[in-house]
Amino acid sequence: MRARDLLHPRPEGLYCPPGDFFIDPVRPVDRALITHGHSDHARSGHRSVLATQQTLDIMGLRYGEHFADTTQAARLGETIALNGVSVSFHPAGHVLGSAQIAVEHQGTRIVASGDYKRQKDATCRPFEPIRCDVFITEATFGLPVFRHPPDTEEIARLLKSAAQFPERSHLVGAYALGKAQRVMRLLRDAGYDRPIYIHGALARLSEYYQGQGIDLGTLEPATVEGGKDDFAGAIVVGPPSAFADRWARRFPDPISCFASGWMRIRQRAKQGGVELPLIISDHADWDELTGTIKETGAEEIWVTHGREEALVRWCELEGIAARPLHLVGYEDEGD
Amino acid sequence: MNRFAELLDRLVLTPSRNGKLTLLTDYFRSVEDPDRGLALAAITGDLNIAAVKPAMLRGLVSERMDPVLFGYSYDYVGDLAETVSLVWPQSPGHIPNREPTLGEVVGKLQSASRSDGPKVLAGLLDSAGVSARFAIIKLVTGGLRIGVSARLAKQALADFGKVDVAEIEELWHGLSPPYTALFAWLEGKAEKPQSTAMALFKPVMLSNPVGDGDLDKLDPADYAAEWKWDGIRVQAAAEGGSRRLYSRTGDDVSGAFPDLADAMHFSAVLDGELLVGDPRETTGTFSDLQQRLNRKTVTAKMQQQYPAFMRCYDLLQIGDEDLRALPFRERRGRLETFVQTLDPSRFDLSPFVQFEDWQALEDLRRAPPHPVIEGVMLKRWDSPYVAGRPKGPWFKWKRDPHTVDAVLMYAQRGHGKRSSFYSDYTFGVWSGGEGEEELVPVGKAYFGFTDEELKQIDKYVRDNTIERFGPVRSVRADRDNGLVLEVAFEGLNRSTRHKSGVAMRFPRISRLRWDKPANEADRIETLRALLDR
Repeated sequence: MRARDLLHPRPEGLYCPPGDFFIDPVRPVDRALITHGHSDHARSGHRSVLATQQTLDIMGLRYGEHFADTTQAARLGETIALNGVSVSFHPAGHVLGSAQIAVEHQGTRIVASGDYKRQKDATCRPFEPIRCDVFITEATFGLPVFRHPPDTEEIARLLKSAAQFPERSHLVGAYALGKAQRVMRLLRDAGYDRPIYIHGALARLSEYYQGQGIDLGTLEPATVEGGKDDFAGAIVVGPPSAFADRWARRFPDPISCFASGWMRIRQRAKQGGVELPLIISDHADWDELTGTIKETGAEEIWVTHGREEALVRWCELEGIAARPLHLVGYEDEGD
Repeated sequence: MNRFAELLDRLVLTPSRNGKLTLLTDYFRSVEDPDRGLALAAITGDLNIAAVKPAMLRGLVSERMDPVLFGYSYDYVGDLAETVSLVWPQSPGHIPNREPTLGEVVGKLQSASRSDGPKVLAGLLDSAGVSARFAIIKLVTGGLRIGVSARLAKQALADFGKVDVAEIEELWHGLSPPYTALFAWLEGKAEKPQSTAMALFKPVMLSNPVGDGDLDKLDPADYAAEWKWDGIRVQAAAEGGSRRLYSRTGDDVSGAFPDLADAMHFSAVLDGELLVGDPRETTGTFSDLQQRLNRKTVTAKMQQQYPAFMRCYDLLQIGDEDLRALPFRERRGRLETFVQTLDPSRFDLSPFVQFEDWQALEDLRRAPPHPVIEGVMLKRWDSPYVAGRPKGPWFKWKRDPHTVDAVLMYAQRGHGKRSSFYSDYTFGVWSGGEGEEELVPVGKAYFGFTDEELKQIDKYVRDNTIERFGPVRSVRADRDNGLVLEVAFEGLNRSTRHKSGVAMRFPRISRLRWDKPANEADRIETLRALLDR
């Protein structure tokens, strides 16, 4: 069957007519398959949700237990039949529980990557390339300027700065699901054994990660008790928005750090008032995107959320059919 | 190379002076010769790379990647050096065992000929990672733009070696990259370098502002008074054919003032104020002087229209004789005789201001006889010429600042201690006819208020935001709404860069006028009148 008859965009999200389900719909639908727990992909209010157990757990933490009428956990690698369409979930390496979704019907297989990365990450299972006819790739960092350095180097710069400025606190902006826990884990892997202070918005998700066997060491709430001196030399992790907020006033002369792939661009860091940019991303960089496209062996590439045009151009130059897939409702800034 | 690249990346994003000093001194401590000296030269602008030109970059990158993909990339990043450093393709087979050192990079760039320049640059970019590529391109294009002045770099050297910055300034022009002898001395491994260069800078003596009650303790008879001229403080040093004009921080500014430098037919070191005009007839305003500042080349027309001259304050050396230890009274006597031997269209003597008591001087200070005077200077008759800012011998007593009532228009988040406060304020005054009034921005200030006032303004900004762009908020400001700030400033310059046509010198918030309606703030004409005075 033609690939576009198996999956195509609708206002609600990516739809499979023969299987009658949506992938990562942005509006409430009957049956939703969800790749991962970030709020632009995983929304509440669907009738039934099929996702990995960890993604279901994360949705429960964020939206409350009754975020959907019924839920079903997909085991990684296991095939599930939905109205005669075979679907299977495979690790995407993006955040804990994240999965690509393979959809197969009448000899045509499409893999929807969701968000993914290829860099090693101790907080989630690594991406597995799946052979397919059509690969739907994200393109958040789909420009040749985005090349993420090894995350260990970035954490080393943070620790060097913490040693250089022991009287100040380092505030690390990191998204509450995934990035924050990855940063904490990287700090532990680099031998940092002091308590890490966290913003309240991170508490439940970090606790969940710890419960899933991802050791983040001692985490303490960044609350004021003994005054500002408590945080001299401390590393504090919180959602980026909190650092522009009055909340940040409890820290002595803080150095603002931001862990994101966008930090590759100096002007972005400068505009955001970031003093120590940490180029740590949960999305594939240019080399990972192009490398993955080749690895899947797909004859056709659909490019979604991000800078589609450059990746489509690259495919053209490589002789691979490609087109942008215009899905609405995903955050362009999703890192 | 990586350590240098990392230093540049940190410096450009670190706003605080102390933070920059820490980064620089740590770098000097941890990096060996000659790399640290070359980094220093790159920062102070003393590194010359002639054969490799920025224009080569585009050619090199277009040979290596699809122009459409490069176009998308450049559009997104907006900066050529950064784009090239990021997209430069690295062939996996050619990853070198180690990155080149700064010394190796500079060596290759400096020894490249014009014809093999592009090849040398490409080879270096091939051998480096992303950050190092950016640093290499910055070396080639010159002008690091990292917010570190030569003065700050010298302060970092002083901190590193625990010496007075004046000692560094005094030595500086006799030294050249990679400054090995300088670092050896600062680390206590060698004697202070002896310079044989001619016409070196002598660190300048500075004054303290007159504080409340200071004068009550002083006897007017102990002090001489002079006008404080609103030009730029310079030192003219001529010796054995070398003629140099230095700024008060020891930067060589001779190139911008060839007319004055050419008139230095003497062997001496003079301290004075650089002004424009003809000292026998007119002294130009600071706005006029500005026409001559920060220019790489000076046209003959410019030199004719705004001729530079020096109004002499002091004489530090004559021939081989160092006069700095002598009392001011004696130096002044020697200066008066000496100035008579100089070209009168280029040099004159700063006149004394006669006064009986402090009250008489106060009256003169408030109503100076010339618009280019910004106050009076007090100098103890018995003071030797000492580098730095000793407390007591010299005072500056400035004319009261100008003030204007302006309306807060934009607020930007600060850094460090102020990173959660909107602490940098852009303010405007009214322009346009009746019924069509609009605010035109006239300046930006980020100090002058107390911590408590900062909290109040921050709250006001958050409560009255109408738009946000990154760290900047646009604040409600119209005829009926707005916060009026009393802004104090030292003077106004004409500006072609600002829509208002004026630029303030040293603006700061002097008072918050919560009581004053926005429509009663000042108009642009009030400021323009100040300009034409």
